[in-house]
Amino acid sequence: MINELIPELIGGTLIGLAASLLWLGIGRISGMTGVLSSLFLWREQQRHWAFWFLAGLVLAYPLYKLLGYSAPQQLTSNNTLLMAAGLLVGFGTYIGNGCTSGHGVCGIGRLSLRSAIATVTFMVAGIATVAVMNLSGGVL
Amino acid sequence: MSARILSPLVALASGLIFGLGLLISGMNDPAKVRAFLDVFAAWDPSLIAVMGSAIPVFAVFFYFGKRRKAPLCATTFHEPQLTRVDRRLLTGAVMFGIGWGLVGLCPGPALVNLLAFEPGVLIFVLALLAGNRIAHWIVGPAK
Repeated sequence: MINELIPELIGGTLIGLAASLLWLGIGRISGMTGVLSSLFLWREQQRHWAFWFLAGLVLAYPLYKLLGYSAPQQLTSNNTLLMAAGLLVGFGTYIGNGCTSGHGVCGIGRLSLRSAIATVTFMVAGIATVAVMNLSGGVL
Repeated sequence: MSARILSPLVALASGLIFGLGLLISGMNDPAKVRAFLDVFAAWDPSLIAVMGSAIPVFAVFFYFGKRRKAPLCATTFHEPQLTRVDRRLLTGAVMFGIGWGLVGLCPGPALVNLLAFEPGVLIFVLALLAGNRIAHWIVGPAK
């Protein structure tokens, strides 16, 4: 059973190490929501690290392919759904100050109760959404 | 090497390793994420192992860092100062969770998949940026 989880465990460990490197190296939390918001604050010198972080993040895919690996991904082709989801995620993570990385990995890692509650909340909302979509029988 | 040269390199390397972690773990695959959220039907719990390994690894280095005065290539640690659990936080988390469940993408994986040049990913990322700005204009930063 544990053998089947090796990619997840290696990937998760790398995510933890990447977050640790950013924290110990420059004292920043690797939260994607903060990185996204920083794009609009490019005039502020103290936000410039986010551009470098984002460059690394985006370049991971071509590097991974170059190394000969494949990263399968299956996404809905419903553009209305994609737009609605993107707006909800963008709006929600902005007012909630974080997503899976900032609240989920770093926040819980810091033992922040606020982040733990946020994580449980978005997990439950995600589970409920998938359940409702199943019940709707493909209408949603 | 000075911190001025090293700190961008640290951020670049961190982003790259973070992205590889998302790709190796399968977190970048929206179908896998939706199967992880599909608790009541075709549940695939394997993504628990991603959070289950990422969190303790970061927790160890975070507390190791707490014993230092400053990071290695910068002058201060920027630990988030918000601790309040309020309606704003919960509303945001619920909205995010709904969007996450709808298509199976959260911000990190969406950005990692950007250079796969899938039109759907591009649409999602543009809407993500729009949502972020709309919230900024309407609601503003948290205090």
